[in-house]
Amino acid sequence: MALTHTDNAHLFATASSTLRLIGYLALAIVLMVTDHRGGYLERIRWAMSIAIEPMYRIAALPSQLARKAGLALSDREQLTEQNAELSRKLLLAEAQLKRLTAVREQNQRLQELLDVQRSIAISVQLAKIIDVDTDPFRHRLLLNVGANQGVKIGQAVIDAHGIMGQVVETLPNTATVMLITDPAHALPVTLERTGLRTIARGSGALDTLELPNIPVSADVKVGDKLISSGLGGHFPAGFPVAEVRSISNDVTGMFAAATATPIAALDRSGEVLLLHELPDPIGPPDLAPVAGPPANLAGDAAGPLPTKTRP
Amino acid sequence: MNRARTNAILFWSSVVLCFLLQLMPLPQALLPFKPYWLALILVYWALETPERVGLGLAFIVGLIGDALTGELLGEQALRLCILCFIILRFRSRLRFFPMWQQSLALFVLLLNDRVVLLMIRACAGEPSPPAAFWLAPVAGMLAWPWLFLLFDDLRARLRVHET
Repeated sequence: MALTHTDNAHLFATASSTLRLIGYLALAIVLMVTDHRGGYLERIRWAMSIAIEPMYRIAALPSQLARKAGLALSDREQLTEQNAELSRKLLLAEAQLKRLTAVREQNQRLQELLDVQRSIAISVQLAKIIDVDTDPFRHRLLLNVGANQGVKIGQAVIDAHGIMGQVVETLPNTATVMLITDPAHALPVTLERTGLRTIARGSGALDTLELPNIPVSADVKVGDKLISSGLGGHFPAGFPVAEVRSISNDVTGMFAAATATPIAALDRSGEVLLLHELPDPIGPPDLAPVAGPPANLAGDAAGPLPTKTRP
Repeated sequence: MNRARTNAILFWSSVVLCFLLQLMPLPQALLPFKPYWLALILVYWALETPERVGLGLAFIVGLIGDALTGELLGEQALRLCILCFIILRFRSRLRFFPMWQQSLALFVLLLNDRVVLLMIRACAGEPSPPAAFWLAPVAGMLAWPWLFLLFDDLRARLRVHET
């Protein structure tokens, strides 16, 4: 009798714990589905940012310390060598910059001649990468600037060599960047040599971009440079993106597929630049506002209608 | 300080440490080998002090982890709940396994965790991860004995201090 009693109790405990598991699983699934649809995790993260951001800074401490220790311990000879190399590079860069300035001025003059009212000046914001790894299978970076510093979702992120990615999430003092190699990322590009338009997709490997669906007849060679095309409006046009590494036929044989190596140093940490320049607006310009009486009836006081211009 | 409080402090500091370890960057080559620290520490506490670690706690710790890493909310909560449930169910057996068997059992559990994660990601419509995705359970298995011994030692020392 006692045996069956304990058996019953055991069975009851088992059943109740299973029920609780099912309850929690259901709750988790509901949370995930609503979050996937509604994306309210961002709002929760925003609310909790007071707690989250310090965690990021603390987690990044060891790697920062390691880097500082490496700097402190690196010997004099190495530093002198590095210094010499850097000053050589600086000289070269300055020379190129001077040439570019001349070219830019010329460009400006020609554009004025052509009556093109578009400035090619870009404004950038320097940001430091916080060395934190949220998920090794998504290619994300954390920056030490956020909404309080004027960072917006969708801003392009570049380094000295080329496009790195775009901002996908902002917290008050940090921002998350999706790299161009993230499997969920795609970027409209053009081949610099031929002008062929295509899409560069992230492959999930830090050194590879995929270019699926290139027409078989297209003229693509290994070593061709890919630059951003500015189509789609997320990235400004003309920034270097990648270099074609190999070309093959895809499985159907209808298209060629190529892989490319990103030009930006995606795996190195340090400083990056956030582009403030908004890409060219897509589609027709906004309609002029037509509030109030028509201009010809409004008299002198109203003056000409203001026309709204896009940034 | 009484014993329950010491234990509670040890427990929460170990959980916070695991959050930090989870966020800590590693060189690119080592990244796939990063064990799922949060799961390891929860398994340890579930084995040693089952009255403290229930499904509810696993759920909450998972939610905090989700908020920290910015994944789908509820993803880690689900994974940790499943893990804790299995551990609590087989606790009496797992506890008296020799260390190598325990590590093997943990490897299977972590592998199961990866399968669950894969299913969640597939449902969310994400592409399948690279092959290195499956290396983390191996690292978890290798890390387990060290973590177990370290925390056993820590707890033994704290107990000595009290008496």
